[in-house]
Amino acid sequence: MNELDQLYQQVILDHSKRRIGSPLVEATAGHLHGESHQHNPICGDQIRVRVELNDEDHFESMSWEGEGCSISMASASVLSELLPELTKDEFLDKLEIFREMMRSKGNFEPDEEVLEDAAAFVGVSKFPARVKCAMLAWVAAEAAMLGANK
Amino acid sequence: MQTMTGQPEAQVSLSAVEVQRIKADFEILEHQVNGTDVVYLDSGATSQKPRCVYEAEQHFYENANAAVHRGAHTLAVEATEIYEEARETVAKFIGARTNELVWTSNATEALNLISYSMSNASLGRGGEEAARFRIGPGDEILTTEIEHHANLIPWQELAFRTGATLRYVPVAEDGALRYDLLDELVTEKTKLVAFTHVSNVLGTITDTRRFVDAARKVGALTVLDGCQSVPHLPVDVKELDVDFMAFSGHKMLGPTGIGALYGREELLNAMPPFLTGGSMITVVDMEHAQFLPAPQRFEAGTQRIAQTHGLATAVSYLQEIGMDRIAQWEEHLGAMLYEGLSKIDGVRVFGPSDAPRIGTVPFEVLGVHPHDVGQYLDSRGIAVRVGHHCAQPLHRALGITATTRASTYLYNTEEDIKALIDALGTVREYFGV
Repeated sequence: MNELDQLYQQVILDHSKRRIGSPLVEATAGHLHGESHQHNPICGDQIRVRVELNDEDHFESMSWEGEGCSISMASASVLSELLPELTKDEFLDKLEIFREMMRSKGNFEPDEEVLEDAAAFVGVSKFPARVKCAMLAWVAAEAAMLGANK
Repeated sequence: MQTMTGQPEAQVSLSAVEVQRIKADFEILEHQVNGTDVVYLDSGATSQKPRCVYEAEQHFYENANAAVHRGAHTLAVEATEIYEEARETVAKFIGARTNELVWTSNATEALNLISYSMSNASLGRGGEEAARFRIGPGDEILTTEIEHHANLIPWQELAFRTGATLRYVPVAEDGALRYDLLDELVTEKTKLVAFTHVSNVLGTITDTRRFVDAARKVGALTVLDGCQSVPHLPVDVKELDVDFMAFSGHKMLGPTGIGALYGREELLNAMPPFLTGGSMITVVDMEHAQFLPAPQRFEAGTQRIAQTHGLATAVSYLQEIGMDRIAQWEEHLGAMLYEGLSKIDGVRVFGPSDAPRIGTVPFEVLGVHPHDVGQYLDSRGIAVRVGHHCAQPLHRALGITATTRASTYLYNTEEDIKALIDALGTVREYFGV
C-alpha cells in the first residue's frame, strides 16, 4: 500500500460517507450532556459534538454535525461508534492512545481490540498536516464531556 | 529582431524554451516530491526563489554585514549603500520616487502601518499636518468583500479604535465586484478606500480606475493591496494614481521577512509614525522626540538589510526578463487553467469568466473536500493551496467554506498545467464519488 492509500484506507473513506452519529440529536431530558464546537482555522473545517452520559458516568451516545475533509468526518463517525457504553476514564484512556498514535509519524502498532475502526487512522500520523483533522472530533468530544451537566 | 506581426521581440510572451531556462534558475524546482518532479502551483502563497536571490543575501553577509544609518566604519557605509540602493531599485520598479518606499516586514505590516498611523493622528499625534488622517464617528472606511484578511482586519480594528464605520463593496454571485454600487457607497463621509489590485483567491484584476475616480471625487485616501499584482503585472503607482500601495517580497521571488509600503511623499511626511524607537528620530529628550522625514520615520529599529538586498536582486531578475512578457505568459497559463479545469467533469471553477485574470484559479471537485483534493495532488508531486486562503468573507459570499487554488508564476510550464488537469480527472474515482 502506498502512503496515500494508507492515509485513505477504505474504512476511512466508508466512514466519511456513512457519517455515523450525524446529525445532532437532542439530549434526553435529565441526562448529563455536553456540547463543544471546534474549528480548524487552517482550512475552516468545523464540528459540533454533543455527548450524553447516564447516571453511572457511562457514555450513552455521541452525535455531531460538521463540515470538513474525509479524515475529520470519518474520525467523528468512528468515534460515534466507539463511544457508547465507555466510562469517562475508558474514553480518556483511548483518547491518550489515539493521540499517541497521531504523534507517532507512522511508528505505531495500533491494537484493534482497543481502538476498533479508529486503528485505521495510523496512516494519518505520517501526514503531520492532517493530524489536526483526525483529532478534531476527539478534542470536541473531550471538551463536551468535561463541560457536561444536567 | 521583428516577429511576424511586426512587434518588437520584447513585446512577445515568453517561449517554452525560455521558461525552461528560467526554471533552471530555481534549484527547488529540480527536486522530487513523492517520487515525482515537483509541480509548484502555489506561488500565490509564496513564490520560489532563484539562486541569485539567496546568493545575494549570502554575499551581503560574507562581505558587507553591518548596521545601516549608524557607525562610521567602512562596512557600515557599504551596508547602508546596499540598503538604500535596494530601495531605489524597488521604488523604480513600481514607478515610485525613492523616498516614497518604506520597508516593512511584509504587506500585512505595511497595511497596519497606515491603520495605526491614522489612529495616532486621530488621537492628535502629528498635529495639524496630520489632520487629514484623522478619522472618527460619522466617518467611513470602504473596503471590498474580496479582500485578503490583511486588507480587512486592520480596517475593522481602525474602525473599532476610532468609532468610524466600515463599509464594503459586495460581490455578485460569481465573485465579480459590484462596481455599480461604488457611486452609492463612496460619499462625503468616506475617508479611505482600501481595495485589492488582484484577488488572491479568484486571480481577477480589479478595475482600479473606478475605485480611484470614486475616491478622488470625495477626497478619500486610496490604499491598494498589490501583493498579487506587483509580482505578476507591470505596476506603476503614478499611473494607477493611488495614495498607498502595500506589497510583499516573498511573493515576487524575494526573501521572506521583507515587504514595502508605497506612499505619496507629501502624505508619508505628514503621517505620525507607527513603530517608534531608534533610527527614526532627529532630537530626543526625556519628554519628547522629533521624527525624521519618510521613509526613515517608519523604519524604527535595526532593519532587514540582507532581505532588502535579496528583494532588489529579485526585482532585477524580473526586470531583465520583462514584466510585460511575464504577464503575457501568465495570462496564457491562466486561460489554460481556467478553460482546462472548467472542462473536467465534476470540477467547478470559481470567479467571473469574463474578467481579466492572472494565472490564479480556484475550484472545487464535487463531492471531495479541498483538503483531500490537495492531498491527492500532493501524492503526484503537485503543490496547490487548499482552504479559505485568508479570505473567509469571499468564500462565504460564494456559498462555500474552502476551495482548492492553483496559482502560477513565470517558471511554470504548460506541462505543469497539463499535469494538474490530468490528475484532477481521477480524483473523484479515487474517493469513490
